[in-house]
Amino acid sequence: MSIQDMEVVYQKPDAMTDVPFPYCPGCSHGTVHRLVAEVMDELDITERAIGVTSAGCSVRSWRQFDCDMVMALHGRGPAVATGIKRARPVSVVFTYQGDGDMAAIGTGEIVHAASRCERITVIYVNNGVFGATGGQQAPTTLIGQPTTSYPAGRDPKESGYPLRMAEMLSVISAESYIARASVHDVAHILKTKKAIRKAFEIQIDGRGFGMVEILAACPTNWRLSPVRCMERIQSEMIPYYPLGEFSSRGKEGRS
Amino acid sequence: MTDAREITLMRGNEAIGEGAIRAGCQFFFGYPITPQNELFEYMAQYLPPAGGTFLQSESELAGINMVFGAAAAGARCMTSSSGPGFTLLSEGLSSLAAAQLPAVVVCVSRAGPGLGRITSSQADYRLCTRGGGHGDYQCLVLGPSTAQELFELTHRAFDLADHYRNPVIILSDAILGQMMEPVATEALPRQVAPEKAWAVRGKGDQPRKVIKVAPHTDEELIAWNVTLKEKYDWMCEREQRHEALFMQDARVAVVAFGSSARIAMDAVQRARQEGVAVGLFRPISLYPYPGQALKDLVQAGVGRLLVVEANNGQMIEDVRLAVCDAAEVVHYGIGGGHIFSPDEIYREIARVARGA
Repeated sequence: MSIQDMEVVYQKPDAMTDVPFPYCPGCSHGTVHRLVAEVMDELDITERAIGVTSAGCSVRSWRQFDCDMVMALHGRGPAVATGIKRARPVSVVFTYQGDGDMAAIGTGEIVHAASRCERITVIYVNNGVFGATGGQQAPTTLIGQPTTSYPAGRDPKESGYPLRMAEMLSVISAESYIARASVHDVAHILKTKKAIRKAFEIQIDGRGFGMVEILAACPTNWRLSPVRCMERIQSEMIPYYPLGEFSSRGKEGRS
Repeated sequence: MTDAREITLMRGNEAIGEGAIRAGCQFFFGYPITPQNELFEYMAQYLPPAGGTFLQSESELAGINMVFGAAAAGARCMTSSSGPGFTLLSEGLSSLAAAQLPAVVVCVSRAGPGLGRITSSQADYRLCTRGGGHGDYQCLVLGPSTAQELFELTHRAFDLADHYRNPVIILSDAILGQMMEPVATEALPRQVAPEKAWAVRGKGDQPRKVIKVAPHTDEELIAWNVTLKEKYDWMCEREQRHEALFMQDARVAVVAFGSSARIAMDAVQRARQEGVAVGLFRPISLYPYPGQALKDLVQAGVGRLLVVEANNGQMIEDVRLAVCDAAEVVHYGIGGGHIFSPDEIYREIARVARGA
């Protein structure tokens, strides 16, 4: 059987470029990038999409998505996306942010973008560490988890408790779709894709703000093999960061 | 020419707003801070009826980054602040300059350092002309001194920003912002914001566009900085603006910008009446500094420069850079919100003219 006779059963989504991923082996960014690109293909929005990158490992995502892209400074993605969306309401605008970017230096921007009900989609990848800078403690680092800034592990008396961004944003009285998902196994990857799709649809329908928090692995900074990372998401992250949809309708007037 | 019906009594802050709207400004993003609030509120009231969008941001950081997004999408946009807020938004000036995005940013300066007070000051000269943000970048900085000039230079700033694809700063202060003066608003046309081929709008059937604040390689970053330097050199050559008054036979020149130049003008006129050979040199562009014109004055016989500024001595650095040792350069100014009287500047002129 020659290669010409073979059926193509799996290939790169059209919304991705041909640039190889720059990420470490076992990093979840590749999986999440692919899911976002598949959703862009399915919703046929690539030609009118404008993506906004964050600071950190995922700043390099501008090379991966085959749509117009704008780089934002640390944490400012939702503000930049606000400016773009207000100027181009017909565009589909998304940010792609990590937890070091969004849950620390960018808390102001994400909270107020959600409160204004900006018609944008936020892909929030939570791997519990600052990746690009070398594995320092993030606001999302779990209790007891060692990092380069707190090698003895996160002590809540010293540096507080991990932030649950999805829950925080879900109490804002604006129409939104807010979910937490995980990419540690195939079943959850498929659920993540559905959540990403809904987070785009609420924008495309002009109804509200969409955000998906995605629990993700950082083998390099967790000092674990990729397989052990997936196990850790299941055994340690999900118990603290429960999966599910936290907000999928308007909450005006809710007590 | 305009007639009386077209003249409106406006605060300086409002004149900036009217200049922006007439220039085709489509977006204003900002955060309240005194003494710029009248500009912010003018945009809230008059930009939406003109077809634009006003958005109160949660901080100056968010405001300047909203400007970044709207500018990347091709809109004419503006933000404004003062002192502590301008420090925050300086983060975004660096990235606007890096990405070569046009925007107009207004600083209605107040007295610092720290939270300071809301009294007028020119202590943000260095902040505006030397950066505030990181890296090698320059913004065009204009320093108007009347409500009419605030109106006209704000209008012009939008064209300059688009021409150079660079942020342009209007450096005003609390005196100019609060003072009411007649403004001939019909002097300038209502413009429609131009289309920008480089802006992101969704790629459609074209190759995709990327607005970058970070290059992919070291070589790209060096080439990027060379390009920016060429642009800044070009701006320096073409955008020096100043006004020189009473300079015939002058031996002394007062150098002052903005509100200080207004007050100094009274003192210079009085000194002239009393026979002192003094003139007034007023920089209008603060970056690029109109150093060549100042150098020419010194060559023409001005031996002493009295730099009057409402701060501890900031613009004096640019004066010294321009004239080196070819003239005696003296500073007069008090930081922290002191407002000059024409009398005290007159006394300084007399002292400098005597060579004391």
